[in-house]
Formats: sequence, structure tokens, C-alpha cells
Amino acid sequence: MIVVNDIHKSFGKVEAVRGVSFAAPDGRITGLLGPNGAGKSTTLRVLYTVLTPDRGGATIDGCDVVTNGLDARRRIGALPHGAGLYPHLTARENIAYYARLCGLGEQHIANRVASIIELLEIGDFADRRTKGFSQGQRTKVALARSLVHDPQNIILDEPSNGLDVMAARSLRRLILRLKDDGRCVLFSSHVMQEVAALCDDIVIIAAGRVAIDDSADGIRERTGCDDLEDAFVKAIHTVVPA
Amino acid sequence: MMRTLLTVFRKEVLDNFRDRRTVVSALLMGPLFGPVLFAFVINLSIEQSLSDADTTLQLPVIGREHAPNLMRYLESRNIAIIEGPEDRAAAVVAVKAGAHDLVVVVPGAFGEQLAQSVSARIELISDRANTQAERDARRARRALAGYNQELATARLAVRGIGPQVLRPINIDEVDVSTPSGRSGILLGMLSYFFIFALLMGGMYLAIDATAGERERGSLEPLLSLPVTRDQLIYGKIAATCVFMALSLILSLCSFFVALKFMPLQQLGMTPNFGPGVLLIAFLLLTPFILLGAAIMTLVASFTKSYKEAQTWLSVVLLAPTLPILIVSILTLRPRLEFMFIPSLSQHLLLVDMIKNEPLNLLHVALSVTSTLALGAVLTWVCARLYRREGLLGNL
Repeated sequence: MIVVNDIHKSFGKVEAVRGVSFAAPDGRITGLLGPNGAGKSTTLRVLYTVLTPDRGGATIDGCDVVTNGLDARRRIGALPHGAGLYPHLTARENIAYYARLCGLGEQHIANRVASIIELLEIGDFADRRTKGFSQGQRTKVALARSLVHDPQNIILDEPSNGLDVMAARSLRRLILRLKDDGRCVLFSSHVMQEVAALCDDIVIIAAGRVAIDDSADGIRERTGCDDLEDAFVKAIHTVVPA
Repeated sequence: MMRTLLTVFRKEVLDNFRDRRTVVSALLMGPLFGPVLFAFVINLSIEQSLSDADTTLQLPVIGREHAPNLMRYLESRNIAIIEGPEDRAAAVVAVKAGAHDLVVVVPGAFGEQLAQSVSARIELISDRANTQAERDARRARRALAGYNQELATARLAVRGIGPQVLRPINIDEVDVSTPSGRSGILLGMLSYFFIFALLMGGMYLAIDATAGERERGSLEPLLSLPVTRDQLIYGKIAATCVFMALSLILSLCSFFVALKFMPLQQLGMTPNFGPGVLLIAFLLLTPFILLGAAIMTLVASFTKSYKEAQTWLSVVLLAPTLPILIVSILTLRPRLEFMFIPSLSQHLLLVDMIKNEPLNLLHVALSVTSTLALGAVLTWVCARLYRREGLLGNL
């Protein structure tokens, strides 16, 4: 369970996030939707603790991301935007490295890595060095890596970027599976259709603020638009004047 | 804490051993650059010193028939007289054009002037701007001066005056340098080669810790793991240290082998560079490993890209030469306060050791502790900087 409470974050004079609050409960998929530069990545970066908010805060299963970052990180599997792998290590070694860093016992690592490789269907190239992997292969390995310690909360920053249809489909299947396992899945996207197809809750943010936070149907109802794309545009205009 | 550190360390070592670029630069270029350059310089200077004593100087002379005694004298000095150009004008042209390095002209009046005991004129045509020719010219000049001296002595003897009259002062030079001591001058270069190899060994790992991880996009996921940033950076610096140590060992060994094949005795040098010295040299340089790893990681952490990091780190590669250079130019003797300056203190201690002089233990202690202390402080600064948000680069 992720609770975000009034996060503010500026870089120099640029106010990237100005008061974002929402909650992402367990067993549900929460989509963070917004145009480029809306503050999605900054918000997620605060959640997986690589950034400290100027004001406000967030908790992961009750652990404060600012004051108790280490414990918060234990409960998170994060896939940052454009996450890279170590090209001289094989996919399996990349995943095992993260397993070891997460503190998994040496005797469990091989098994755990093998099962996550199976779950993500990357067995075909698991023992190849990752140099020269396609975008889809890289994303899958990076995702496997971030799930290797079996985290309760999963934060994905634009995971479907650059994926082909097949890869995007298997990603969606995986996200649904995590939800059925009772995990809290929070992911960002700027593709309306993807979010609509997958998410139980949608948080639309624009210009660093939350424009609307509801289910897909709720958003249609509140904006009075049947088409989600129209609803998205309308919602954004409530915080950013046209 | 230790387990995470070890995990990072092991991964960095494995990762970099598989990277051809790192292996080539750390374990090949760094250690071999020194011996190869050194062998080149040594062979060059051996060639130079050999040409002075052992090779015959070919000296073109115009008018050799006017001074047969002088010619015999020159031949006794390992100088072969060869046919010169036709006349003086042709000789000037030939020397200018570089066809001859120097030409001696003996005028027709030479014998007559000698017989009358007036100063006999002789011309030596050379190009002073041509340094290569100047060495031969100096040799010819020395030989001619020797002949001059001999004639003067003979003339005085004829008049019943002892040759001491011409030598009011007799200068005796006493050279206290030992063969090992003379080695010091040339082998002083060694210490820098070791430091260079050491730094080269860890350069790519140091870049990788910040700029490299960032550019590859692997830094952010790494930082989102349940480990502290201190553990990550200390593990990375430890791996950098190991590569630096490896490179240093290889460099020491390659010099050990290379020196065996260099005819240093011909240069009057017998460097003290046995296995024991090798080991002590390694121990003396060990504190510099931590300092080198910390400085390189620190500098790389400020750069925006891999390329930029490489540019700045090549400056770091050269920085340790600076104090060595200044002290070498000013020919300063080792002093207590020099032992506080990293790279310089190691250099001075190594030179002492190669010269086979006893090591000053106080100097050793100061060098080790001050270098280690500075290394530790910079490592701590690296860790502080690793906690910055700005580490991620442009957000």
C-alpha cells in the first residue's frame, strides 16, 4: 500500500510537483497518467526514494520514504524509466546481482532467479550477455531484476515504452498477475488506452498537480465525456487552462 | 554491510574483467607502457654513449698532407681521416647542406707556421645548430686541443721548462656516486611509471561508479534497492583498488623482467631492483592505491558523461608527475616535509631504495600515514557526494 501525501518538489526554479496526493491500495492497479512533463517520474522517484521531497511525504506499507528510506525500499520493486542493465553480465547474472543486494540467502538465490526467469518467460536468452538485447528483452530483464526480492509494492515508470505488441501484452499479463497475487501495482504512462485497459484506479496529473483521481467509469462520469481520451483532455484542463 | 559491499565488489570485478577495454587498459597498457618507453630511452642513451667511445669518427680533412703528424695523432684517437671536399668553399656548402657534419681545413701554411713557432691556423667547419653534428665536432675539437697541449708541452720541454708551468692548478674530481646511485637519475622515472600504471588500472572502474552507471541507466534502479549508498560506493571503490593493485603488481613485475634484459651495466648502472625491492616498492605504493581510487571516483562523479569523465581523468593521470617534476628540476634532496606529499613521497622513497640507500623509517611512516589519511578522507567525501540527488544527473 502506497500513500502519497502532498508531495512538492522543485528543481531550481522549475516546480515539477506541487502538491500530489493519492493512495495506491494492495490488490489493485493504480495508473499515474499525464502528459510529458506532468511530474509523473518525479513523483515516482520520490516514492522509490532517489529524490527527497521539498515538502510532504509518502509511506510504503507505513514506512516513511524520507525518514526510513531503507525499509521503504525493502518493500518496493522499482522499474525506473529507461532502466539499463550491465552489458557484460548475462541476464541471469544481472538478476542474481540484485537478488544478492536485496539480501536473499545464497542458497535461495539460484532458485528464486530461476523462477522469476520462468515467470517473465526470458529463459531463451537468460544466459546470454545483455549487450545487444532488444528494448523488449531489456525491459523484461530489468523487470525481473526489480521483482526478484518478491516486493509487496511494484512501481513501474512507463514500462511499456518502446515495447512491441507482443512484449506489451506479456507485460500486461504480468501486471494483472501481480494484482491477483494481492500486490500493490503503481505504474505511469502517457497512453490513455493502456491505462484504461489495465487500471482499477487512475490518477491523472498535469503541471505537477492531481487533476482527477477515480476509476475509469468514475472519470467518464465526472467529466461528462464517454470517450476516455476526451475525458483525459478535459481533466487536464481543470489544472492547466487551455 | 560487509555482505553488500562484497557483492558489489565481486560484481564490479567480474563485470570489468569481461570488459575488453578495461582489461586492455588496466592490465596491458598501464603495466607495459612504462617498460616499453623505458627500454626505448635506455637503448637510445646506450647508443649515444657507445658512439662516443667505441665508434670511429669519420673526419673529412682538406689539406691533410700539410700536417702528417697531426693526422697520425688523430688516428691514434680513434678518428679516421677521410678525403674532404675540394676546397674550403665547397666544405662550407657541404656542411650547410648536411652532406658532412664537420670538415677540418689545414691551410698550406700550417707546417711553416708550426716550424716558426707562431700560432698555426686550423679551421673546423661545423653547424652549431645541428646538435647531432655538434657531438662529433666536440670530439674533434677535444682531439685537436689534445694535440695542441702535446705540442706545447714538447716546446716547453725543449726550453727546459717543466710542463707543470702550464698547469698551475690540477683538478682532481672525486665521484662518490655508486653504480646504483647513478641509476637513480634514470630510474627515477620508474616511480612515475608505477603510479601511472596503478591509476590506469582503476580508471574505467572509477568512471563506471558514477558517470558510467548513470549513462547506462543502471544507476537509478541500483539506488532504489534496499541497500545504503555508502555500501554501494565503498564496494565500488574497493573494486577499483583491486584493479589498481593488480595493475601495479603487473607493472612492477614487467619492469623486473625488462630490467634484466637491459644492458644497464654498459651505462655504469646497477639498479637495486631485486624481488625484495619489488615487494617493498609494492608496499610503499599501496597507500597510494586508496588515494588514487578515491580521487578518480571523486573527479568522475562530477562529470556528466563517460567521455567527459575520461577527459578529466587523463588530467588526474598526469597530476602525480607535477611534484616529482618540480623536485627533480630543483634537484631537492628528500626532506621530512616532502613525505606529506603523495606521489612525491613514494617517488623519493623508491629512488632511495633503487640507489641502494637505507630507507629512513620515519619518512616511510609519514609517507604511508599521510597518503592513507588523505585517501580515507577523499573516500569519505566520495560517499557524501554519492548521497546527493544530483548524482542522477539531469532529471
